[in-house]
Amino acid sequence: MAATARRTAAARPSRPGRPGSPPVTRSGILGTAFLFVCAAYFLLPAWWLVVSSTKGPSTLYSSEGFWFSQLHFVSNLTGLLGYDGGIYWRWLVNTLLYAGAGAVCATLLAAMAGYALAKYDFRGRQLVFSVILGGVLIPGTALALPLYLLLSKVSLTNTYWAVFLPSIVSPFGVYLARVYAAIAIPDEIIEAGRIDGASEGRIFRTVVLRLMSPALVTMFLFQFVAIWNNFFLPLVMLSNTRLYPVTLGLYTWNNQYGQAPQLVSYVVIGSLISVIPLVIAFLSLQRFWRSGLAAGSVRL
Amino acid sequence: MVLDRQQIPATSAAAPASRLAPRARRRRRAGWAPAAFLAPFGTAFIAFFLLPIGYAIYQSLLRVHVSGLGLGPGSSTTQFAGLANYAQVFTDPAFVAGVARVLLFGVVQIPVMLIFATILALLLDSVTVRFRRFFRLAFFLPYGIPGVIAAILWSFLYLPGLSPVVAALQHAGFGTVSFLGTNTALWSIANIVTWEYTGYNMLIIYAALQAIPADLYEAGRLDGATEWKIATRIKLPMVTGALVLTAVFSIIGTLQLFSEPQVLRAITSNISSTYTPNLLAYTQAFTANNPNYAAAIAVVLAVGTFILSFGFLRLVQRRGMAA
Repeated sequence: MAATARRTAAARPSRPGRPGSPPVTRSGILGTAFLFVCAAYFLLPAWWLVVSSTKGPSTLYSSEGFWFSQLHFVSNLTGLLGYDGGIYWRWLVNTLLYAGAGAVCATLLAAMAGYALAKYDFRGRQLVFSVILGGVLIPGTALALPLYLLLSKVSLTNTYWAVFLPSIVSPFGVYLARVYAAIAIPDEIIEAGRIDGASEGRIFRTVVLRLMSPALVTMFLFQFVAIWNNFFLPLVMLSNTRLYPVTLGLYTWNNQYGQAPQLVSYVVIGSLISVIPLVIAFLSLQRFWRSGLAAGSVRL
Repeated sequence: MVLDRQQIPATSAAAPASRLAPRARRRRRAGWAPAAFLAPFGTAFIAFFLLPIGYAIYQSLLRVHVSGLGLGPGSSTTQFAGLANYAQVFTDPAFVAGVARVLLFGVVQIPVMLIFATILALLLDSVTVRFRRFFRLAFFLPYGIPGVIAAILWSFLYLPGLSPVVAALQHAGFGTVSFLGTNTALWSIANIVTWEYTGYNMLIIYAALQAIPADLYEAGRLDGATEWKIATRIKLPMVTGALVLTAVFSIIGTLQLFSEPQVLRAITSNISSTYTPNLLAYTQAFTANNPNYAAAIAVVLAVGTFILSFGFLRLVQRRGMAA
């Protein structure tokens, strides 16, 4: 742990006054103890999920919740993957399409718009930006019902598009892209590109996107979470279970276990498996959250 | 690739003219380019953001009138109803109760969560605490779990018979604690939201703390300030911008509360189908089959969210608190 602390200190040359490893003080010990209690609060529910995913239907109720009992992990897993013709797989793929592909498209659209707003002078620029900023204050949940009314008018409900298309709009992404482009892309570079005869589109593809790449990761993460967390939209749009994202699928099972008790085990292990890749991706990409959030809050 | 990173400074140094009047040049050269860059986002924004809002407003001004027994074609007609649906929203006891419930929720949960997040961020930023990297990861972990799954997970932890927490409290002599009673359900939802978003808010505040130059602390220490004074007099004022951001996001999220109560409805009858304004709108649209009224609720809610978060931003900016 001391090595980690030293590395952190070395990575932050702006704070030369900090010692290499923390001194042992009473307030430090008390603070660390308090943080351990808090960590237990945040980690125990996740721990319960891991432990419970290994239990059979009977021991799930009868054994100590925070510790292992008879191991049924493999039978739970095969049960989950085989249930209802393997629909769980389908839900995972759908989630990847909605959140993954949706966030990629949203990031690209937002990067182009944010760059245009940061680096070009044109009439109505401030107005356009204000309207988009207003969009930041209207969350996805508030839009789900209006979207449903509109898309049912054009018979697009209960299709992939009904969830995918609204997900590619990210006003917050445009805001982040504009803030970042204004800081990170010097006018001289754009000018140099023009003098070399590159078109505006080529300058964007070859120079701007590369300079904006840290912000692009942040924007992607934000939108990915926004889509993956927006439960209201698929709930109102989809009735065909084969189009469900994994969140909606697990929610439906969770409402049905009165009729099919084995579904409790599947909801538990299904929840665990659906969040493992995400949690790992999140924790390893944490610095992008921090940099993006810092840029956002500094300018507010 | 025409432009290489190494080439860029050389090229721009060789073209000093472009730096003499960059603004004029930029304006002259702009032309179609910004419009082309804005077009894809703009089209999607209009189609899936502005248009639905406009259509919902239009729908909210209509009403279905049923004549006779409501059987057969032509027995129901859609008519322009003016603001009648809105008048109904504001006098609907279910809507008023739902709004009061989320406001109570917000007044308690948002300060608790933000104070909690600030304390955690300050502790992680202090030199004397150990294992900081581990703690940062532990606190941020719940944010990687989507709201519905977090709610399902906690619903197991609230369910007597399945929950080790209920069992442990029983062992400790508290009897069977009901997390889903008429008075406790709202706070059980508040706990889920706090669990999910404290780490995320902590990270925003922590990022702002890390951006403060260390010289400020040195100056404070030379003046004899204690760590407590440095935290309250230097650190907290420097992170108000971040706190405002977290508060605005929290206000928006609270007014839109939907997935957590909707999931918990599976295991308790103490959360009604009109528990929050969004649940009411959902019920009106899909159970009561009254989309025009649901549209009016959605519009009121969107406008209310906008006014409240925008008003909050304005308030703190006028007071000069935001950075």
